Amino acid sequence: METMLFYFFAFVAVATALLVITRRNPIHSALWLVLCFFSLAAVYVLLSAHFIAIIQIMVYVGAIMVLVLFVIMLLNLSEKELGDAKPTVLKFCGVILSGIFMVLLADGVKVLAPQAAVSVDEKFGTAEMLGRLLFTDYLLPFEIASLLLLTAMIGAVVLAKKRR
Amino acid sequence: MVPLSHFLILSAALFIAGTIGVLTRRNALIVFMSIELMLNGVALSFLAFSRFLGSLDGHVFVFMVITVAAAEAAVGLAIIIAIFRLKGTINIDEINLMKG
Repeated sequence: METMLFYFFAFVAVATALLVITRRNPIHSALWLVLCFFSLAAVYVLLSAHFIAIIQIMVYVGAIMVLVLFVIMLLNLSEKELGDAKPTVLKFCGVILSGIFMVLLADGVKVLAPQAAVSVDEKFGTAEMLGRLLFTDYLLPFEIASLLLLTAMIGAVVLAKKRR
Repeated sequence: MVPLSHFLILSAALFIAGTIGVLTRRNALIVFMSIELMLNGVALSFLAFSRFLGSLDGHVFVFMVITVAAAEAAVGLAIIIAIFRLKGTINIDEINLMKG
């Protein structure tokens, strides 16, 4: 059952990822990306990363993708500006090189010794366990992350403001 | 349980899909979404290793990746809006102000 679920969601994730990079209209891309993030969240649950799966849906789908859709509609690109002219030699080279990179990565994975998963208790990956870790061992990075978000917020306001 | 290598292959496939998007598309918004795909591919391999080693540290890394992705989304989209105001296009081939 678990295996079947993994292959189903993995297939959905890869198929929607390919749709994201091939659609001409950015709105279609964004909506396929939302589906991709949902199926990835399901894969995270299979890895017993419950908290991260919820965060994935809330932050990625709920915040980031809504922001992206908002910007796409704000820009309101015309048919000509959607751009992406015919495939060129350079683009073809990009695809070929990425394919070679994929083969190399898959080859690297192959040499990994087959590893059995350690058994983890049922609290593994819950907000309680992760919160305990974030507020003890990783307290400084956690606080710096909040500073980073503050900086990004101020930066976004300054950048998007109308010049006078 | 699905073997570790299958999770890593899925993660590599997502990363490569993102790479192809960055290399071949010329619409800044789609390039931006491809970068999000690459970030997610990396997060998946962190979580897979975390589960197979029985350590929660990988989850903290993914937490940080998601934080950085949120900050990147805010600043990146603001830059795209500013560029669209300035040049009237978001085709990254035509944005070459910094080219010497």
